[in-house]
Amino acid sequence: MGFLSPTVSITRYRVEGQLPSPVNEHVTEALKKNTIHEIDNDAGEQAIGWTSFDAPYQPDFEGSRFVIDTLWVFSLRIDKKSIPTKVLKKHYNMEVTQRLVESGRDYLSKTEKKQLKDHVVTVLNTRIPATPNIYDIVWNYEAGWLWFFSNLKSANEELETLFTRSFKLSLIRMFPYTAGLNAGLSGPDKDCLDQLKPTLFME
Amino acid sequence: MLDIAVAYRRYQFIGDEFLTWLWYVIENDPRRLNKIDTELASLEIGSRMVLANRHQKDSGETVTIKGEEANMDEGLVALRKGAMVAEVNLVYRSGDNEWRFNLKGESLNFSSLKVPETGKVETQEDIEGAIIEKVFLCEKVINLINNLFHYFIKLRVSNDWSAKTVPAMRKWITPS
Repeated sequence: MGFLSPTVSITRYRVEGQLPSPVNEHVTEALKKNTIHEIDNDAGEQAIGWTSFDAPYQPDFEGSRFVIDTLWVFSLRIDKKSIPTKVLKKHYNMEVTQRLVESGRDYLSKTEKKQLKDHVVTVLNTRIPATPNIYDIVWNYEAGWLWFFSNLKSANEELETLFTRSFKLSLIRMFPYTAGLNAGLSGPDKDCLDQLKPTLFME
Repeated sequence: MLDIAVAYRRYQFIGDEFLTWLWYVIENDPRRLNKIDTELASLEIGSRMVLANRHQKDSGETVTIKGEEANMDEGLVALRKGAMVAEVNLVYRSGDNEWRFNLKGESLNFSSLKVPETGKVETQEDIEGAIIEKVFLCEKVINLINNLFHYFIKLRVSNDWSAKTVPAMRKWITPS
């Protein structure tokens, strides 16, 4: 489990906006609606959704199991299939050869080649399992913060997209500029922040 | 507010200046840290520091200093050439507890964060307690960095930055 590992990476967010009451029920429904779905037996290349922190391969949001004290603890799961290049090349070549023999032609058009490649990718995707990646989340709704236990750019972007779609709230990543805006500066000081230029410490 | 991606790139220097200022305070004015965090026993530079020169667009020189007892003179030389601290490993102590972590200037992200040891999770029932304990321990160091950054940004937008802090930091950087 990422969050309970001896060392962790954290990207911090501020959550802005209000959920409809009762909030626990609302979040439960949003998590259920956007729960990860298995793609091992279909042609899907990637699946992204919420899963349970303590049971990432059997997501279950019944009974508010994700509510711990004043926190909501759950995970983002990204399942991705990756066909090895050489496997794709082999099966594509086999399909091209077969199509040429069947059609009695010497060549295939660009469109036919693309269609064949898409077909091969679809067939192979149904035969290979997806690799799951799990990223833990701790959300303190009352305090308006959320911690995401990964610094990976792609995972953070997927989180931001799915979170906004699921909860209809603003998720603002805390980096120097946004952290500055949330530092309790006065209006004129915020204007100053906008105008800042790098300091040159060398003479 | 600016577009997030634009703001991230345009103001990444603020994070580098924050880490550079933090190194200066640790070296020259550690008592100021106690005013910001009254439970702080110590805050030290740990086993790694990365300095990057973002002013030199072509070369983009990066200097990495590694090791528990590393000589930081090389870092000061890099500062003299216009580099800033881009990433640093910090060791925070409060009471008998110790936190170690890397902090990146441009994102303020924590990585390799090691908090004081918590109780072992052996059963499903242990998980809830472990989560609450770990959140408490992570929150302590996150609050430290939040408070330090808030202190810094207020100083950075004030007149004191160019009138007092920058001259004092230049004096520190310049060899005597």
